[in-house]
Amino acid sequence: MYTQGLDAAGREPSPPDAASDAERAARFQARIDAEEKIEPKDWMPDAYRRTLVRQISQHAHSEIVGMLPEGNWITRAPSLLRKTILMAKVQDEGGHGAYLYAAAETLGVSREELVDQLLDGRAKYSSIFNYPTLTWADIGAIGWLVDGAAIMNQIPLCRCSYGPYARAMVRICKEESFHQRQGFEIMLRLARGTDDQRRMAQDALDRWWWPSLMMFGPSDTDSTHSAQSMRWKIKRFSNDELRQKFVDFTVPQADFLGLKVPDPELAWDAASEHYRFGAIDWQEFEAVLKGHGPCNRERMAAKRQAHEEGRWVREAAVVHAAKRAAAARAAA
Amino acid sequence: MPDTEKRSDGWALYEVFIRARSGLDHKHVGSVHATDARMALEHARDVYTRRQEGVSIWVVCSSDILASDPAEADALFEPARDKVYRHPTFYDIPDEVKTL
Repeated sequence: MYTQGLDAAGREPSPPDAASDAERAARFQARIDAEEKIEPKDWMPDAYRRTLVRQISQHAHSEIVGMLPEGNWITRAPSLLRKTILMAKVQDEGGHGAYLYAAAETLGVSREELVDQLLDGRAKYSSIFNYPTLTWADIGAIGWLVDGAAIMNQIPLCRCSYGPYARAMVRICKEESFHQRQGFEIMLRLARGTDDQRRMAQDALDRWWWPSLMMFGPSDTDSTHSAQSMRWKIKRFSNDELRQKFVDFTVPQADFLGLKVPDPELAWDAASEHYRFGAIDWQEFEAVLKGHGPCNRERMAAKRQAHEEGRWVREAAVVHAAKRAAAARAAA
Repeated sequence: MPDTEKRSDGWALYEVFIRARSGLDHKHVGSVHATDARMALEHARDVYTRRQEGVSIWVVCSSDILASDPAEADALFEPARDKVYRHPTFYDIPDEVKTL
Protein backbone atom coordinates (compact mmCIF):
# COMPACT_ATOMS: atom_id res chain seq x y z
CA MET A 1 0.00 0.00 0.00
CA TYR A 2 1.26 3.49 -0.80
CA THR A 3 4.48 1.83 -2.03
CA GLN A 4 5.15 4.54 -4.57
CA GLY A 5 4.66 7.23 -1.94
CA LEU A 6 7.09 5.58 0.42
CA ASP A 7 10.09 4.70 -1.69
CA ALA A 8 9.86 7.16 -4.57
CA ALA A 9 9.27 10.34 -2.55
CA GLY A 10 11.23 9.08 0.46
CA ARG A 11 10.85 12.38 2.16
CA GLU A 12 10.82 13.25 5.86
CA PRO A 13 9.25 16.61 6.75
CA SER A 14 12.53 17.82 8.31
CA PRO A 15 16.14 16.83 7.54
CA PRO A 16 17.32 13.96 9.76
CA ASP A 17 19.67 14.92 12.59
CA ALA A 18 20.82 12.96 15.64
CA ALA A 19 18.80 14.86 18.28
CA SER A 20 15.44 14.71 16.56
CA ASP A 21 16.02 11.08 15.51
CA ALA A 22 16.50 10.10 19.16
CA GLU A 23 13.36 12.06 20.00
CA ARG A 24 11.42 10.31 17.25
CA ALA A 25 12.72 6.93 18.40
CA ALA A 26 11.59 7.66 21.95
CA ARG A 27 8.14 8.74 20.77
CA PHE A 28 7.94 5.63 18.57
CA GLN A 29 8.77 3.37 21.52
CA ALA A 30 6.15 5.18 23.63
CA ARG A 31 3.53 4.42 20.97
CA ILE A 32 4.57 0.75 20.96
CA ASP A 33 4.44 0.60 24.77
CA ALA A 34 0.93 2.08 24.67
CA GLU A 35 -0.13 -0.77 22.32
CA GLU A 36 -0.70 1.63 19.43
CA LYS A 37 -0.44 0.16 15.96
CA ILE A 38 2.18 1.44 13.56
CA GLU A 39 0.80 2.05 10.05
CA PRO A 40 2.66 2.26 6.72
CA LYS A 41 3.43 5.97 6.50
CA ASP A 42 4.20 6.45 10.19
CA TRP A 43 7.78 7.26 11.14
CA MET A 44 9.64 4.15 12.26
CA PRO A 45 13.27 3.30 13.03
CA ASP A 46 15.12 1.88 10.02
CA ALA A 47 15.86 -1.26 12.02
CA TYR A 48 12.14 -1.79 12.74
CA ARG A 49 11.34 -1.44 9.04
CA ARG A 50 14.21 -3.77 8.07
CA THR A 51 13.35 -6.49 10.56
CA LEU A 52 9.70 -6.44 9.49
CA VAL A 53 10.56 -6.61 5.79
CA ARG A 54 12.77 -9.59 6.56
CA GLN A 55 10.23 -11.35 8.77
CA ILE A 56 7.11 -10.69 6.69
CA SER A 57 8.76 -11.54 3.37
CA GLN A 58 10.26 -14.76 4.77
CA HIS A 59 6.84 -15.64 6.10
CA ALA A 60 5.43 -15.02 2.60
CA HIS A 61 8.17 -17.11 0.97
CA SER A 62 7.37 -19.93 3.42
CA GLU A 63 3.72 -19.97 2.34
CA ILE A 64 4.67 -20.09 -1.33
CA VAL A 65 7.34 -22.78 -0.96
CA GLY A 66 4.93 -24.62 1.37
CA MET A 67 2.63 -25.19 -1.61
CA LEU A 68 5.21 -27.61 -3.05
CA PRO A 69 5.31 -30.53 -0.57
CA GLU A 70 1.53 -30.70 -0.51
CA GLY A 71 1.13 -30.00 -4.21
CA ASN A 72 3.13 -33.20 -4.65
CA TRP A 73 0.09 -35.28 -3.61
CA ILE A 74 -2.73 -33.51 -5.47
CA THR A 75 -2.65 -36.00 -8.35
CA ARG A 76 -2.52 -38.94 -5.95
CA ALA A 77 -5.11 -38.02 -3.33
CA PRO A 78 -7.19 -41.11 -2.45
CA SER A 79 -10.57 -39.63 -3.40
CA LEU A 80 -12.01 -36.81 -5.50
CA LEU A 81 -13.20 -35.00 -2.38
CA ARG A 82 -9.76 -35.21 -0.78
CA LYS A 83 -8.22 -33.96 -4.02
CA THR A 84 -10.46 -30.90 -4.09
CA ILE A 85 -9.82 -30.27 -0.39
CA LEU A 86 -6.05 -30.47 -0.89
CA MET A 87 -6.27 -28.13 -3.87
CA ALA A 88 -8.24 -25.67 -1.73
CA LYS A 89 -5.59 -25.85 1.00
CA VAL A 90 -2.71 -25.29 -1.44
CA GLN A 91 -4.66 -22.43 -3.00
CA ASP A 92 -5.04 -20.92 0.48
CA GLU A 93 -1.27 -21.11 1.00
CA GLY A 94 -0.79 -19.18 -2.24
CA GLY A 95 -3.32 -16.65 -1.00
CA HIS A 96 -1.52 -16.35 2.34
CA GLY A 97 1.70 -15.63 0.49
CA ALA A 98 -0.15 -12.92 -1.43
CA TYR A 99 -1.50 -11.29 1.78
CA LEU A 100 1.98 -11.29 3.27
CA TYR A 101 3.77 -9.91 0.20
CA ALA A 102 1.13 -7.15 0.15
CA ALA A 103 1.87 -6.38 3.82
CA ALA A 104 5.64 -6.38 3.19
CA GLU A 105 5.20 -4.02 0.24
CA THR A 106 3.68 -1.38 2.53
CA LEU A 107 7.16 -1.00 4.03
CA GLY A 108 8.65 0.31 0.80
CA VAL A 109 9.94 -2.81 -0.91
CA SER A 110 8.65 -4.21 -4.20
CA ARG A 111 7.24 -7.67 -4.86
CA GLU A 112 9.89 -8.10 -7.55
CA GLU A 113 12.76 -7.48 -5.12
CA LEU A 114 11.30 -9.97 -2.65
CA VAL A 115 10.81 -12.68 -5.27
CA ASP A 116 14.37 -12.10 -6.52
CA GLN A 117 15.66 -12.57 -2.97
CA LEU A 118 13.86 -15.89 -2.70
CA LEU A 119 14.97 -17.17 -6.09
CA ASP A 120 18.64 -16.29 -5.70
CA GLY A 121 18.80 -17.81 -2.23
CA ARG A 122 19.35 -14.60 -0.23
CA ALA A 123 16.05 -14.95 1.60
CA LYS A 124 15.16 -17.78 3.94
CA TYR A 125 11.90 -19.67 4.27
CA SER A 126 10.69 -21.96 7.03
CA SER A 127 12.98 -25.00 7.42
CA ILE A 128 9.97 -27.35 7.59
CA PHE A 129 9.32 -27.14 3.86
CA ASN A 130 12.65 -28.73 3.06
CA TYR A 131 11.33 -32.15 4.07
CA PRO A 132 9.75 -34.57 1.56
CA THR A 133 6.15 -35.81 1.51
CA LEU A 134 6.64 -39.55 1.09
CA THR A 135 3.11 -40.87 1.67
CA TRP A 136 -0.50 -39.67 1.79
CA ALA A 137 -0.21 -39.77 5.60
CA ASP A 138 2.39 -36.98 5.31
CA ILE A 139 -0.41 -34.73 4.09
CA GLY A 140 -2.31 -35.53 7.30
CA ALA A 141 0.80 -34.97 9.44
CA ILE A 142 1.52 -31.63 7.76
CA GLY A 143 -2.00 -30.32 8.32
CA TRP A 144 -2.07 -31.54 11.92
CA LEU A 145 1.48 -30.69 13.05
CA VAL A 146 2.93 -28.11 10.67
CA ASP A 147 -0.22 -26.01 10.38
CA GLY A 148 -0.77 -26.60 14.09
CA ALA A 149 2.65 -25.17 14.89
CA ALA A 150 2.03 -22.31 12.47
CA ILE A 151 -1.25 -21.47 14.23
CA MET A 152 0.57 -21.37 17.59
CA ASN A 153 3.00 -18.84 16.12
CA GLN A 154 0.48 -16.85 14.16
CA ILE A 155 -2.21 -16.17 16.75
CA PRO A 156 0.05 -13.87 18.82
CA LEU A 157 1.14 -12.18 15.57
CA CYS A 158 -2.47 -10.98 15.14
CA ARG A 159 -1.52 -8.49 17.86
CA CYS A 160 1.85 -7.47 16.48
CA SER A 161 2.59 -3.75 16.48
CA TYR A 162 2.67 -3.31 12.70
CA GLY A 163 -0.93 -2.84 11.45
CA PRO A 164 -0.78 -4.44 7.98
CA TYR A 165 1.06 -7.54 9.31
CA ALA A 166 -1.39 -7.94 12.21
CA ARG A 167 -4.39 -7.62 9.89
CA ALA A 168 -2.94 -10.12 7.40
CA MET A 169 -2.42 -12.54 10.29
CA VAL A 170 -6.07 -12.26 11.36
CA ARG A 171 -7.13 -13.23 7.86
CA ILE A 172 -4.62 -16.08 7.75
CA CYS A 173 -5.58 -17.49 11.16
CA LYS A 174 -9.24 -17.73 10.11
CA GLU A 175 -8.22 -19.94 7.20
CA GLU A 176 -5.51 -21.89 8.99
CA SER A 177 -7.87 -23.78 11.28
CA PHE A 178 -9.46 -25.57 8.28
CA HIS A 179 -5.94 -26.66 7.38
CA GLN A 180 -5.25 -28.20 10.75
CA ARG A 181 -8.63 -29.91 10.98
CA GLN A 182 -8.33 -31.45 7.52
CA GLY A 183 -4.91 -32.82 8.47
CA PHE A 184 -6.09 -34.24 11.77
CA GLU A 185 -9.10 -35.83 10.08
CA ILE A 186 -6.79 -37.61 7.62
CA MET A 187 -4.68 -38.93 10.51
CA LEU A 188 -7.83 -40.05 12.34
CA ARG A 189 -9.10 -42.07 9.38
CA LEU A 190 -5.73 -43.71 8.86
CA ALA A 191 -5.20 -44.40 12.57
CA ARG A 192 -8.60 -46.13 12.66
CA GLY A 193 -8.06 -47.97 9.40
CA THR A 194 -6.15 -51.08 8.36
CA ASP A 195 -2.83 -52.10 9.93
CA ASP A 196 -1.02 -50.71 6.89
CA GLN A 197 -2.83 -47.37 7.21
CA ARG A 198 -2.06 -47.17 10.93
CA ARG A 199 1.62 -47.92 10.23
CA MET A 200 1.67 -45.24 7.53
CA ALA A 201 0.19 -42.69 9.95
CA GLN A 202 2.73 -43.61 12.66
CA ASP A 203 5.58 -43.38 10.15
CA ALA A 204 4.46 -39.88 9.10
CA LEU A 205 4.29 -38.76 12.76
CA ASP A 206 7.78 -40.23 13.31
CA ARG A 207 9.20 -38.13 10.48
CA TRP A 208 7.33 -34.85 11.02
CA TRP A 209 7.34 -34.51 14.84
CA TRP A 210 10.85 -33.16 15.43
CA PRO A 211 10.97 -30.88 12.35
CA SER A 212 7.66 -29.39 13.56
CA LEU A 213 9.18 -28.61 16.95
CA MET A 214 12.07 -26.92 15.12
CA MET A 215 9.59 -24.58 13.41
CA PHE A 216 9.51 -22.51 16.59
CA GLY A 217 13.12 -21.56 16.02
CA PRO A 218 16.21 -21.79 18.20
CA SER A 219 16.03 -22.02 21.97
CA ASP A 220 15.50 -18.59 23.59
CA THR A 221 19.12 -18.38 24.73
CA ASP A 222 20.31 -18.79 21.12
CA SER A 223 17.80 -16.54 19.42
CA THR A 224 19.46 -13.32 18.21
CA HIS A 225 16.51 -11.24 16.97
CA SER A 226 14.13 -12.06 19.81
CA ALA A 227 14.85 -9.41 22.44
CA GLN A 228 14.47 -6.42 20.12
CA SER A 229 11.43 -8.00 18.44
CA MET A 230 9.79 -8.36 21.84
CA ARG A 231 10.57 -4.73 22.76
CA TRP A 232 8.94 -3.62 19.52
CA LYS A 233 5.98 -5.97 20.14
CA ILE A 234 6.50 -7.79 16.87
CA LYS A 235 7.06 -10.96 18.84
CA ARG A 236 4.80 -11.54 21.83
CA PHE A 237 5.97 -14.90 23.20
CA SER A 238 9.36 -16.57 23.21
CA ASN A 239 10.25 -19.53 20.97
CA ASP A 240 10.42 -21.90 23.91
CA GLU A 241 7.08 -20.74 25.35
CA LEU A 242 5.31 -21.37 22.03
CA ARG A 243 7.06 -24.68 21.53
CA GLN A 244 6.02 -25.86 25.01
CA LYS A 245 2.42 -24.83 24.35
CA PHE A 246 2.44 -26.76 21.06
CA VAL A 247 3.71 -29.91 22.78
CA ASP A 248 1.15 -29.57 25.59
CA PHE A 249 -1.72 -29.21 23.08
CA THR A 250 -0.56 -31.87 20.61
CA VAL A 251 0.48 -34.85 22.75
CA PRO A 252 -3.11 -35.49 23.94
CA GLN A 253 -4.17 -35.37 20.29
CA ALA A 254 -1.58 -38.04 19.43
CA ASP A 255 -2.84 -40.09 22.39
CA PHE A 256 -6.37 -39.81 21.02
CA LEU A 257 -5.16 -41.05 17.64
CA GLY A 258 -3.48 -44.01 19.36
CA LEU A 259 -0.15 -42.96 17.85
CA LYS A 260 3.17 -42.67 19.67
CA VAL A 261 5.17 -39.44 19.65
CA PRO A 262 8.75 -40.43 18.69
CA ASP A 263 10.35 -39.12 21.89
CA PRO A 264 11.39 -41.62 24.59
CA GLU A 265 11.86 -38.75 27.05
CA LEU A 266 8.34 -37.38 26.62
CA ALA A 267 6.55 -37.39 29.98
CA TRP A 268 3.86 -35.43 31.78
CA ASP A 269 5.29 -33.43 34.66
CA ALA A 270 2.50 -33.00 37.22
CA ALA A 271 4.43 -30.37 39.20
CA SER A 272 4.74 -27.89 36.33
CA GLU A 273 1.64 -29.14 34.46
CA HIS A 274 3.61 -29.39 31.24
CA TYR A 275 5.03 -32.19 29.13
CA ARG A 276 8.79 -32.59 29.47
CA PHE A 277 10.33 -33.53 26.16
CA GLY A 278 13.70 -34.62 24.79
CA ALA A 279 16.49 -32.54 23.28
CA ILE A 280 16.07 -31.20 19.76
CA ASP A 281 18.83 -32.00 17.28
CA TRP A 282 19.92 -28.42 16.57
CA GLN A 283 22.61 -29.64 14.20
CA GLU A 284 19.89 -30.94 11.89
CA PHE A 285 18.11 -27.57 12.13
CA GLU A 286 21.30 -25.67 11.29
CA ALA A 287 22.09 -28.00 8.41
CA VAL A 288 18.63 -27.59 6.90
CA LEU A 289 18.81 -23.80 7.26
CA LYS A 290 22.16 -23.81 5.48
CA GLY A 291 20.69 -25.66 2.53
CA HIS A 292 21.56 -29.26 3.38
CA GLY A 293 18.07 -30.54 4.17
CA PRO A 294 16.51 -33.35 2.11
CA CYS A 295 14.69 -31.05 -0.32
CA ASN A 296 16.30 -27.61 -0.27
CA ARG A 297 17.76 -27.92 -3.76
CA GLU A 298 14.57 -29.44 -5.12
CA ARG A 299 12.41 -26.64 -3.66
CA MET A 300 14.59 -23.87 -5.05
CA ALA A 301 14.85 -25.57 -8.44
CA ALA A 302 11.06 -25.89 -8.58
CA LYS A 303 10.59 -22.18 -7.77
CA ARG A 304 13.17 -21.04 -10.30
CA GLN A 305 11.69 -23.28 -12.97
CA ALA A 306 8.16 -22.03 -12.23
CA HIS A 307 9.38 -18.43 -12.48
CA GLU A 308 11.16 -19.05 -15.79
CA GLU A 309 8.40 -21.13 -17.32
CA GLY A 310 5.79 -18.62 -16.22
CA ARG A 311 7.54 -15.69 -17.89
CA TRP A 312 5.46 -16.05 -21.06
CA VAL A 313 2.26 -15.82 -18.99
CA ARG A 314 3.36 -12.58 -17.33
CA GLU A 315 4.36 -11.13 -20.71
CA ALA A 316 1.19 -12.31 -22.44
CA ALA A 317 -0.91 -10.74 -19.70
CA VAL A 318 0.60 -7.34 -20.49
CA VAL A 319 -0.02 -7.71 -24.22
CA HIS A 320 -3.56 -8.90 -23.55
CA ALA A 321 -4.27 -5.88 -21.37
CA ALA A 322 -2.97 -3.57 -24.09
CA LYS A 323 -5.21 -5.27 -26.66
CA ARG A 324 -8.22 -4.95 -24.34
CA ALA A 325 -7.50 -1.26 -23.81
CA ALA A 326 -7.10 -0.64 -27.54
CA ALA A 327 -10.38 -2.42 -28.28
CA ALA A 328 -12.13 -0.36 -25.60
CA ARG A 329 -10.75 2.88 -27.06
CA ALA A 330 -11.81 1.84 -30.57
CA ALA A 331 -15.32 1.05 -29.40
CA ALA A 332 -15.63 4.37 -27.51
CA MET B 1 -10.97 1.66 -18.14
CA PRO B 2 -8.00 3.99 -17.86
CA ASP B 3 -5.02 2.69 -15.91
CA THR B 4 -2.63 5.29 -14.61
CA GLU B 5 1.00 4.90 -13.68
CA LYS B 6 1.86 1.38 -14.80
CA ARG B 7 5.41 0.27 -14.22
CA SER B 8 7.70 -0.19 -17.18
CA ASP B 9 6.92 -3.92 -17.20
CA GLY B 10 3.21 -3.17 -17.69
CA TRP B 11 2.09 -4.20 -14.20
CA ALA B 12 0.67 -1.95 -11.50
CA LEU B 13 -0.19 -2.24 -7.80
CA TYR B 14 -3.87 -1.90 -6.92
CA GLU B 15 -5.40 -1.41 -3.48
CA VAL B 16 -8.40 -3.63 -2.84
CA PHE B 17 -11.60 -2.67 -1.00
CA ILE B 18 -14.30 -5.24 -0.26
CA ARG B 19 -17.92 -4.77 0.80
CA ALA B 20 -18.63 -7.83 2.93
CA ARG B 21 -22.44 -7.56 2.81
CA SER B 22 -24.88 -5.03 1.49
CA GLY B 23 -25.35 -2.38 4.14
CA LEU B 24 -21.63 -2.27 4.97
CA ASP B 25 -18.89 0.01 3.64
CA HIS B 26 -16.11 -1.16 1.37
CA LYS B 27 -13.13 -1.87 3.61
CA HIS B 28 -9.46 -1.89 2.63
CA VAL B 29 -8.11 -5.44 2.76
CA GLY B 30 -4.75 -5.32 0.97
CA SER B 31 -3.34 -5.08 -2.52
CA VAL B 32 -2.81 -7.07 -5.74
CA HIS B 33 -0.56 -6.73 -8.77
CA ALA B 34 -2.28 -6.72 -12.17
CA THR B 35 -1.93 -5.55 -15.77
CA ASP B 36 -5.29 -3.76 -15.80
CA ALA B 37 -8.36 -3.12 -13.70
CA ARG B 38 -10.23 -6.20 -14.86
CA MET B 39 -7.37 -8.50 -13.93
CA ALA B 40 -7.06 -6.64 -10.62
CA LEU B 41 -10.74 -7.37 -9.87
CA GLU B 42 -10.31 -11.06 -10.71
CA HIS B 43 -7.13 -11.36 -8.64
CA ALA B 44 -8.81 -9.56 -5.77
CA ARG B 45 -11.68 -12.04 -5.98
CA ASP B 46 -9.24 -14.98 -5.94
CA VAL B 47 -7.07 -13.65 -3.14
CA TYR B 48 -9.57 -11.91 -0.85
CA THR B 49 -12.94 -13.64 -1.28
CA ARG B 50 -12.31 -17.37 -1.26
CA ARG B 51 -14.84 -17.80 1.53
CA GLN B 52 -17.57 -15.51 0.29
CA GLU B 53 -16.13 -12.58 2.20
CA GLY B 54 -17.47 -10.05 -0.30
CA VAL B 55 -20.40 -8.97 -2.45
CA SER B 56 -18.57 -6.09 -4.10
CA ILE B 57 -14.93 -5.27 -4.89
CA TRP B 58 -13.30 -1.91 -5.64
CA VAL B 59 -9.75 -1.74 -6.95
CA VAL B 60 -7.83 1.51 -7.14
CA CYS B 61 -4.34 2.05 -8.51
CA SER B 62 -2.17 2.60 -5.44
CA SER B 63 -0.66 5.63 -7.10
CA ASP B 64 -4.13 7.22 -7.30
CA ILE B 65 -4.61 7.15 -3.55
CA LEU B 66 -3.95 10.53 -1.96
CA ALA B 67 -3.38 10.33 1.76
CA SER B 68 -2.86 12.68 4.66
CA ASP B 69 0.66 12.69 6.07
CA PRO B 70 0.87 11.07 9.51
CA ALA B 71 3.68 13.47 10.42
CA GLU B 72 1.20 16.32 9.99
CA ALA B 73 -1.70 14.56 11.74
CA ASP B 74 -1.51 16.79 14.82
CA ALA B 75 -1.85 19.99 12.84
CA LEU B 76 -4.43 18.57 10.42
CA PHE B 77 -6.79 17.32 13.12
CA GLU B 78 -6.18 20.12 15.61
CA PRO B 79 -9.35 22.14 14.83
CA ALA B 80 -11.61 19.44 16.33
CA ARG B 81 -9.60 19.10 19.53
CA ASP B 82 -11.12 22.01 21.44
CA LYS B 83 -14.68 21.78 20.13
CA VAL B 84 -15.99 19.61 22.93
CA TYR B 85 -19.44 21.22 22.45
CA ARG B 86 -19.86 19.01 19.35
CA HIS B 87 -20.40 16.05 21.70
CA PRO B 88 -23.82 15.34 23.25
CA THR B 89 -22.23 14.78 26.69
CA PHE B 90 -21.29 18.48 26.87
CA TYR B 91 -24.94 19.38 27.45
CA ASP B 92 -26.41 19.12 30.93
CA ILE B 93 -30.06 18.17 30.57
CA PRO B 94 -32.13 17.64 33.76
CA ASP B 95 -33.03 14.00 34.42
CA GLU B 96 -36.77 14.78 34.43
CA VAL B 97 -36.62 15.46 30.70
CA LYS B 98 -37.07 12.13 28.96
CA THR B 99 -36.18 11.06 25.43
CA LEU B 100 -33.54 13.77 24.85
